[in-house]
This record gives sequence, structure tokens and C-alpha cells, in this order.
Amino acid sequence: MFRRIVLALAAAGFIASGPAAAVDKFIVVQSTTSTQNSGLYDHILPLFREKTGIEVRVVAVGTGQAIGNAANGDGDVLLVHSKSAEEKFVAEGHGIARFDVMYNDFVVVGPAADPARVAGSKDVVAALTGIARAKALFVSRGDDSGTHKTELALWAEAGVDVAAASGGWYRETGSGMGATLNMGAGMGAYVLVDRATWTSFGNKSGHRVLVEGDPRLLNQYGIVLVNPEKHPNVLAGLGRQFVDWMLSEEGQAAIASYRVDGRQLFFPNAGG
Amino acid sequence: MFDAAPDTTAPTPLLPGESPPSALLRARGLRFDAGGKRLIDGIDIDIRPGTRTAIVGANGAGKSLLLRLLHGLIRPTAGEVLWEGRPLDREGRRNQAMVFQRPVLLRRSVLGNLRFALAVRGLAGPERKAREAEAMERSRLGDLANRPARVLSGGEQQRLAVVRALACAPRVLFLDEPTASLDPGSTHAIERLVAEAHESGVAIVLVTHDIGQARRLGDDLVFLHGGRVVETGRAADVLDAPRSEAARAWLQGRLYLDAPCRLDA
Amino acid sequence: MESFWEILGEAFGLILAWDSDLIEIIGLSLRVTLTAVAISCVIGLPLGAAVGAFRFPGRAAAIVVLNALMGLPPVVVGLIAYLMLSAAGPLGPLGLLYTPAAMIIAQTILVTPIVAALSRQVVEDYYREYAEQFDSLGVGPLDRVAALLWDARYSLLTVALAGFGRAVAEVGAVIIVGGNINHVTRVMTTTIALETSKGNLELALALGVVLLAIAVAVNGAAMTLRASAVRMAYV
Repeated sequence: MFRRIVLALAAAGFIASGPAAAVDKFIVVQSTTSTQNSGLYDHILPLFREKTGIEVRVVAVGTGQAIGNAANGDGDVLLVHSKSAEEKFVAEGHGIARFDVMYNDFVVVGPAADPARVAGSKDVVAALTGIARAKALFVSRGDDSGTHKTELALWAEAGVDVAAASGGWYRETGSGMGATLNMGAGMGAYVLVDRATWTSFGNKSGHRVLVEGDPRLLNQYGIVLVNPEKHPNVLAGLGRQFVDWMLSEEGQAAIASYRVDGRQLFFPNAGG
Repeated sequence: MFDAAPDTTAPTPLLPGESPPSALLRARGLRFDAGGKRLIDGIDIDIRPGTRTAIVGANGAGKSLLLRLLHGLIRPTAGEVLWEGRPLDREGRRNQAMVFQRPVLLRRSVLGNLRFALAVRGLAGPERKAREAEAMERSRLGDLANRPARVLSGGEQQRLAVVRALACAPRVLFLDEPTASLDPGSTHAIERLVAEAHESGVAIVLVTHDIGQARRLGDDLVFLHGGRVVETGRAADVLDAPRSEAARAWLQGRLYLDAPCRLDA
Repeated sequence: MESFWEILGEAFGLILAWDSDLIEIIGLSLRVTLTAVAISCVIGLPLGAAVGAFRFPGRAAAIVVLNALMGLPPVVVGLIAYLMLSAAGPLGPLGLLYTPAAMIIAQTILVTPIVAALSRQVVEDYYREYAEQFDSLGVGPLDRVAALLWDARYSLLTVALAGFGRAVAEVGAVIIVGGNINHVTRVMTTTIALETSKGNLELALALGVVLLAIAVAVNGAAMTLRASAVRMAYV
């Protein structure tokens, strides 16, 4: 009797898994959680698959981890939003070349109470200065991601030493965008976030977009093909098809057509 | 105090014309120390084929310890145990079997327990089945063959332990107070099994504190006290007319524990 | 935030809707964890039984190490597995990274010490009863291990359940080596993490309730098995 139970459990486990994904061609794209969470990939990847028969498997992690994984050769294509890091990636020989593919913008979200009185501002540096002066709670990703690097550059421009304030009104989570937003919502703090993530975020909890439209809030995404000479296991042919498609008219149109609540989240800008 | 020189090698009286059978199991100068105490203090003993030996004594005299030394479960601090002239090893132990005071049964069926012991001996197929059938028959546990062994009553479990030991075809069967916690009915059943085993040529070495049982199941008697053999002889002789003070005290019920005892003559 | 009852209702709704994505995710969770537990038992049970039953030099140290490894943080295990399976790592050519196989490997690393350490304890307790009888019957070491494992089977079932509980609930290991790829390596816990990071907290909680229901079902089944075992004095 005992034997039968064990066999039944084992069988159940295997059967319950359903049909195995028998796919002929697939590539692995290392990308970021914010891109994934916005839902963009769910929209555009089926279109790519229909055209080429290639399945794209997205590993969505923090920017730093995505670049690290790709540098180990654990991905065929890298798609993140941290231009300097991407260029370094190519310079070190891990990638062939870097291309602009799309952009969106960052916004500063905050509690309805808005203690620093920054709502409606179109000058993010002035807004950040105001937040620092008011010592209003601000939650940062603190994880070396594209978003984080942009945020630090803005604080620098505002002349605020956030490292000194860390632990006080300035809180570093060391986490992804979603976790950081959850914390910001929970603490009633200001957060810098890319619009796509914010639009599709499900726990806004009374927070609103308070600062937007500043040209310094541009968030540029870049796509890089991992270098097959350095990492022979990379599926360069299939990867190139993906990169080419993303940069092509068709791919760019697909990106532009993604909307949430009627709002376009990503703006294609390949080729210049 | 008992400081009479131990009479350790009293030979079994022979019938006229009979030559002494050589000892199956021979222990010489057995000593065992533990926890700073000397628990077995220089024992010599012979077990001859087909004999029935009862080992008796007060609690703590070292009876169970002696049994385990003879069966090779414990290594002596000094002295040797010889099986058919050679030092007792795993090979030699295969010719012996032991029944403990509490039956040790695996958590499987009655038949499963038998099968396990026989499989360990390397038996399989029809021979194993034959021995299983014989054991079930002898033990009168046939109806319970597929029951979990551990739900059986104490007496039934011990019967199983005995037939399991015998199914391995030992030449010596050790029993360590096998019926100490059993009712008279089960005791009788166990004694019957032991008697049958003896009839088929198995040497019996029985530790008991039941004088009646020693009389029923023992031909030779060994009286242990303070880790030494203090008296030995034919069971009936020792039990009717003990020569040593210790044996006398024990038989009269004045000796409960193996401690230095002040006796009135 | 919704109330607890609303979330519970949402959880039931998810189950009853029999959403194909959810079923796929549950199926993969079970497949990965049950396979990992099975492999862990194959390795860990004999290992634990051997350490429990036999005396050998360094035994005390082995027990300390086994017990300590029970506390391996899943995320550390994931990292170790990633470094092994990465294209830049020793097992890179096997191409296992970001597949269910990698997740099974990571969870096996996580669960094997648990199975070994707990079965060591169980077998050691059982062995105390049998040691002398085994000596008397002349049972060899392999047969002893086999007999002890079978004898302790119901207690060892609890050990396997402990391993199952640990594995089915962890996210740190599977997310690093699996990559949480949709339809490929996404399991219950990584989905909960994902939905949490998207701010869909109610959905994440509802999924958590579903996961809990599965764990309860598995443990309940094992409980009834044990109940019948107790009646037969097999425990």
C-alpha cells in the first residue's frame, strides 16, 4: 500500500506538469523587471514569434544582474536602460554593438499629501531640492540599476548628498522597482519610477504622478547582441534576427502600439 | 562473602562407554570491565553439542553479559571465545542464534520478519519457503502470518522470535530470560519450542531467574555470582543440594542482588 | 487593501476558474518540487541512515555539518547552482540554465541535507532498538540500512514532507536558476514574487492561499497514511 501511494504521488507530479514546451528555436533575452512588468514583452514577443517562429525567453532581473548574466554568456541578447553600462559591456567585448531601441520617461510619484509641495513641477532638479530641504521621505532603489543611476545623476545635479542622508529621509531598498514602489506606497514616500512601470503598477495606494515632463527624465533603452566570439554558446543567428526585428519598422511599430489604459508607454527611437 | 575457590570446569558425568563430545563453544578466562568495574571476572565455560545449560544467579551477577560474550555481541576485555576451536567470528556466529528478553521484531508482518532473517542467511526460493512454513507451523502462528508482527501479544511475539531464531538452523540457541514477562500459558509454549529444538540437536544456553524453568529446561546448571562461576553441576544436583553459600542463599530467596552479602550460616 | 475574506474568495475563484495559466504554474511547481524531493530522498535517505546507524571516525563532525546544511539559505543555493550552470561555469555546456532541470537541481541541493539530517535522527532512534538483534542475526551493513529505512518508512515520510514543504515554499533558488520565464520556468512562488513586484498584492496573496491549500492537501494525505500505519504498529 505504501509503495502505491509513493508511485501515485510521483505520477501525479509528472502528469500535472502538462505538455512539455517542445520548441524548436528559442533565445534568451536578459532584460529588466521594470520592462517585463510593464507588460511590453507580453505584447510584442508573440508578434515576433508569429513572424519568425522564434520563442523569446525573457529573464527579468535587475539591470546589474542582467548585464552580469549576459557577460557570463547566459543570454543571447541584452535589453536594458543604462546607456553607459551598455557601452561598457560592448567595450569589454561582451557585446557586438549597442543600439537605441526605444525610450520612455521617468516620473516622480508621491503621496497625495505632497509634503514637499512638488506637484505639477516640470523641473525635476528643483523638485528634488525641495524634497531634500523638506526632509520628506524618499525611497530609492539603491541597486545600481538604470533607474538608480538616473536618480543619482539628478541628485548630483541638485547638489544633494544623498549618501549622507541614507537611513534618514532617504531610504535605499536595494530592490527592484516593484518592491521599491510597494515600500514607497507603504511609507508615504516619494519615488522616482519609469512611467511604464508606474502605469501598470497595481498598488498605487493613493500615490500620484507629481513631477513629469523634464527632458532630464528621459529613459533610453538599448539593445545589444551578445558577442558569440567571446561566448560560443550564444545563438547569434537567432539573436540577430531579434535585434534586427526590434530595430525594424515592424518591431518599432509593435513597440509603439503597446498601450495601457489608452496610454502609450514606450516610444521607439531606433536609428537616431 | 563468597571466597570459595570457584569450581569452574566440572565435567558433565558421562554414561559408560561414551566418549566426551568436544566443546562447540569454549570460553577461557573471560573478563569484562566497564565503567571502572569488573563485571565478568575470569570465567571458563564449555558448551557441548546438544546440551542444555541453565545460567542462573542474582540480578547483576553478569548472566546476560556472559550470554552476550558467548554469542560474540560484546568483545571481552580479556580472554577468548572459541567456536569449534577457532576464535569466534561472524562465520561462527552464523551457527548461533539468540532470543532476547523482549522480542525485537521489525515493523512488518509476521511472515516478513521470518523472511528477513532467512534472507540474511542467503536463503531464497523453495528452501526459504519450506523453512518459513515449518516455522509458522511450529509456532502455531499460521493464522497471523500476514498480521503486523508488533500488534501480536507479548507471548505471540516471543514465539515468533524463537522460531525465527530456530529457522536459521543454529547449533546453539541462547535465550536471555525469554519468559520473564510472559504469562504461564505463553511460558509453556516457549518452553515447548525450546524442548523441541533440543530434541533436534540444538544446544540450549538459557539464562533464567525461574528456578522451576531451570529445572525443566536445564541439564547442566551454572551459578553466577559477582561475575564468576561460583558453582556448576547437573541442574537437579545444584538445585536440590547447593554446595556454595551464594547458591544456597539465592535458592532460599535471600539473595536478590549481586552485592556483598552478610549471611547467617 | 481587500479584507482577508475577500482574498480567500479570490483564491477560491482562481482555483474554480481552472485558469490554464494557473494550472500550468501549479503543475510545474509540483513537478519541480516532487522530482527534487524524490532525488533528495534517493541520495539523502541512505546517507542519513548510514550516518545514523554506523560508527566511523568523524561521525560527530558529519552530523554537525548535515544539521548545519539544513539552514542553507535558498538564495545562496540558487547562487551556487547558477555559478555551476552558467555558461561561464563548469556545467555550462549542459545548457541547463533557465530550464526546469536547473530548478530541480537547485532544489535538490536545498532539500538533500534536510532529508539526510532528519533521517539520520530517525534511523538512529530506530537503530537503538535493533542493533543487538541485527548483530545476532548477522545482518550486513547494506541490509541494515535497507531494513532500517523500510522500518522507519512512515517516520521518513514525514521527513520527505519536511523537504517538500521547504522546497515548494522557496523562491530564492528557483528564481535565480530558472529565470521566472513565462510558460517555461514560472512556478507558484516566483509568480507570487512577480505579482508582488507589480503591486498586485491581492492576487499575490490569493496565489499564496492556493499554494498553502496544496501544501495542506499533501500533508493531509500523508496524515491519513500515517494514521493507518499507527494502527498497524508500523510507526
